[in-house]
Amino acid sequence: MAEPLIEVLGLRKAFGRHRVLKGIDLSVEAGASVVLFGPNGAGKTTFLRILATLSRPTSGTVRVAGVDIKNNPEGIRQYLGLVTHAPLLYGDLSAQENLAFYARLYGIENAEKRIQELLDRVGLLHRRRDLVRTFSRGMVQRMAIARALLHNPPILLLDEPDTGLDPQAAEMMTDFLREIGGSQRTVLMTTHHLERGLDLADRVMILQGGRIVFDEPSDSLSYETLRPTYDEYVGKGAAVT
Amino acid sequence: MRRYFQVAWAVLWKDLRIELRTKDIFTSMAVFAVLSLMIFNFAFELRIPDKTVVIPGVLWVAIIFSGVLGLGRAFISEKDRGSMAGLLLAPVDRSAIYLGKMLASLLFILVMEAFLLPLMVIFFNTNFISLPLLLVLFLGTLGFAAVGTVFSGLAVNTRTREVLLPVLLFPVMLPVLMAGIRATIGFMEGDTLVDMMKWINLLLFFDIMYLVVAYMTFDFVVEE
Repeated sequence: MAEPLIEVLGLRKAFGRHRVLKGIDLSVEAGASVVLFGPNGAGKTTFLRILATLSRPTSGTVRVAGVDIKNNPEGIRQYLGLVTHAPLLYGDLSAQENLAFYARLYGIENAEKRIQELLDRVGLLHRRRDLVRTFSRGMVQRMAIARALLHNPPILLLDEPDTGLDPQAAEMMTDFLREIGGSQRTVLMTTHHLERGLDLADRVMILQGGRIVFDEPSDSLSYETLRPTYDEYVGKGAAVT
Repeated sequence: MRRYFQVAWAVLWKDLRIELRTKDIFTSMAVFAVLSLMIFNFAFELRIPDKTVVIPGVLWVAIIFSGVLGLGRAFISEKDRGSMAGLLLAPVDRSAIYLGKMLASLLFILVMEAFLLPLMVIFFNTNFISLPLLLVLFLGTLGFAAVGTVFSGLAVNTRTREVLLPVLLFPVMLPVLMAGIRATIGFMEGDTLVDMMKWINLLLFFDIMYLVVAYMTFDFVVEE
């Protein structure tokens, strides 16, 4: 059996006396698309921030490509692209300048070509010289995905990337994520939207109270079966349909 | 090592580019510096016969107080626009981010000083600017930016960040402030560079110490 790309063992995180993650064990194969559902405060963002080396675990082990994130966080970051509901972009820089800045941070060779390619892919090449603050929310989020993919990371972490998008923009985002996912890239996404998440996942998890309480392959699930399961673990009305 | 300086340069370039477009930091620092000068000028005008007595104190207080506004923006602006995580995700030692931010803050404060000094000459009607004084100002500002950038990164994750930065910074800045004021007084009274070496050495010592401590601690300061 191949070694998992992401391996989490007994992960715990506390902020002072408040325990957010209470022991997470998880193993993700290369190329998998894992969607993590859960109510606000379940620990989804904290979990992704630890994977992204933005937050230090209180205890437990996280390995990416067999390397403990405590031992080589700089090396691990090269493997990761992160999209959050905050776009991590600069409104007073143009689309091109934003990506050029991140290309320098990641030491990307032939950055100009890669930037053009990505802007074209997210449909923003014609707006490359415009300041990002003039973009709509949907365009900003597409820019955020271009930023996360700039260094072609094998792992893409998506923390509620559809937050604040209108249904049409969210649908476009889903199509785009489906396109960039596939067998090459490992995707770990959190969302409140059960139907959209299920559509993208080949494995579904529910995080509740800092623990993974449900973990099933998505091919055994439909929205009709997932909804009551989610309600059972989390409570009615906690997720957006 | 080349990558390290590439990242520091990228952060500096980005901050300069944004500042050239928005002028947020320079405007707030310059307005505050001018207001400080006016208040000091009117407060001392009728009581101090020799204005050169108060110039060193006024100069450094104006620099430190207005500089804090600029230092505060170093990371608060990143946090406000939600881009802090983007910086921290860079696959490089995070002290490179610190170096870029520190150099940007240093440059902003030096530009503010270049604006402030001629104004002081006009306000106090005394030309006190000299090359050794500029050296002292540079060394003092370097120490100020070195320690201020770390505290800015520390304060950004707290609710009382605007208050916390000066509360943390001013006590730590005292040795640099003291050496800077002493050396400024000396040069204004006609002392030579050799006479003032003890204060310049003190400034150099604290600059190096602040930079080394910042290099070693920045990763822990910005991580949750």
